[in-house]
Amino acid sequence: MSSELFFQSIAELSAALAAGKLSSVELTQAVLARTRAVDGRVRAFNSRDEADALAQAAASDARRAAGRSRGPLEGIPVGLKDVIAVAGQPLTASSRMLANFVSPYDATVTQKLKNAGAVLWGRLNLDEFAMGSSTENSATHPTHNPWDLTRVPGGSSGGSAAALAAGEAIATLGSDTGGSIRQPAALCGVVGLKPTYGLVSRYGLIAFASSLDQIGPFARTVEDAAIVLGAIAGHDERDSTSFRADIPDYRAELSARKGPWRLGIPKEYFGAGLDPEVGAAVERAVAFYRAQGCEIKEVSLPHTQYCLDAYYVIATAEASSNLARYDGIRYGHRAAAKDIVDLYFQSRAEGFGPEVKRRIILGTYVLSSGYYDAYYLRAQKVRTLIRQDFLDAYREVDALITPTSPVPAFKLGEKSDPLAMYLCDIYTIGVNLAGLPGISVPCGFTAAGLPIGLQLIGQPFREADLLAIAHRYERAHEWKAKTPEL
Amino acid sequence: MAAPADLNIDHVAQLARLALSPEEKARFARQLGDVLHHIEQLSKVDVAGVEPTAHAFPVVNVWADDVARPGLPVADALRNAPAQRDHMIVVPKVVE
Repeated sequence: MSSELFFQSIAELSAALAAGKLSSVELTQAVLARTRAVDGRVRAFNSRDEADALAQAAASDARRAAGRSRGPLEGIPVGLKDVIAVAGQPLTASSRMLANFVSPYDATVTQKLKNAGAVLWGRLNLDEFAMGSSTENSATHPTHNPWDLTRVPGGSSGGSAAALAAGEAIATLGSDTGGSIRQPAALCGVVGLKPTYGLVSRYGLIAFASSLDQIGPFARTVEDAAIVLGAIAGHDERDSTSFRADIPDYRAELSARKGPWRLGIPKEYFGAGLDPEVGAAVERAVAFYRAQGCEIKEVSLPHTQYCLDAYYVIATAEASSNLARYDGIRYGHRAAAKDIVDLYFQSRAEGFGPEVKRRIILGTYVLSSGYYDAYYLRAQKVRTLIRQDFLDAYREVDALITPTSPVPAFKLGEKSDPLAMYLCDIYTIGVNLAGLPGISVPCGFTAAGLPIGLQLIGQPFREADLLAIAHRYERAHEWKAKTPEL
Repeated sequence: MAAPADLNIDHVAQLARLALSPEEKARFARQLGDVLHHIEQLSKVDVAGVEPTAHAFPVVNVWADDVARPGLPVADALRNAPAQRDHMIVVPKVVE
């Protein structure tokens, strides 16, 4: 791994901090300087507060000096997607609607990171309201892929992935509704984990599709992802969908769980549309697991072809309902209007960008009188079948291996058609519909030098196994030693 | 299942309280027609006797103890209000 501080892992840096070889202020200054040097090109941040970060770092050093270190995240700069509330900091969802919004309170994950001693650093760009797969739908600016600045970082958590890949943070948080952590992680060559639905509290996360949204970490290594997950997971009474699950020591379990595992290859995930270089890289990863003594079985998820359709009905329906709150009254953009009803129409027209409007229209339509049964109710039934496909497969295997994204990072402006963009998520959305944990791990580069991601899909609330399986691959491969040249 | 031609964008925009320009209406109608055409695949699935899934892991009967706790101070709650006066949000007149 690179000797530059900003490319090191949490595990390495926390050891250096604990040994007194490094202070959090020094580390934070290195990350701030790196950000100043490269973010004019990467553009991962919506806003950043250097003074606030340095004050947190100084407080961390003081805690450590007093013998009150809070654990492996003590003093580590962690960036947050700009849909996660931090009290007193901007929260924009990369939307004009919330351009001037300041969070009145902390999200639960924010509070947990503070309790773990992390230095919260910056507000990271995304597709507006997390709707997109390239971060081009941001109302502020597109983010660029650090590996090739003419290409997208993926989305919707593109800022979180790009900032980490570029050395502008040591770890970041994103949110994943249909692949918005895993796909940008794949396109930017970092690890991205979507936990089981209900494992991480959504309190203080701007809602997109509430039955699908989960917060999760981006990290340089699987071990780092395990560290961050351990800090943010757990039941929260402020999120009524939060699950009462035991939270193991994910980091300790990485080497404690040795396998060998039974791994399933869903045949539907290797069909038309899969880039040959991506497919070949995933095949090599499968061969690695086989050589490690894992049993590899082909499995079928027969309703895979319906995932995209069920997702775009359910996600847009929930979004149209969730985004009804942006009416120009209590907070957010308010347009000049002649009366109260006009104020609703004009505030929403001015505040929302094109993709958000499209999804509100689609979601309103599928919920509207006469269409509810044909679209929304039917999609929910198909969701049952999709979920059952996974549960059936898990009778035979412990986890599934697939590509994360069918293609590596594409050019900015390349996918102007909404449907073409939606197809970016074909390998990731089934996981959200079924509520499962999924992780994207770097598994090589294309001939053109673009990162490729391997997706591992685990069983509900068995992140410890999923992380151990991913860790087995990662520690035998040196992909993370390569960093983008900026 | 309904044909994409059924998408009456004026009606839906009215339901969504969203003003759209003529150009947006034309563009969204075309783009969403493509998406709805794709979504019609769902009509091919046999869902007879299948229960709908609203949440992958439904948690039911979530009760909280009825204990008063400090809420958001008024100043914080109003911090993002577009217009405010005397601890209230100001809106256009709603009754004639």
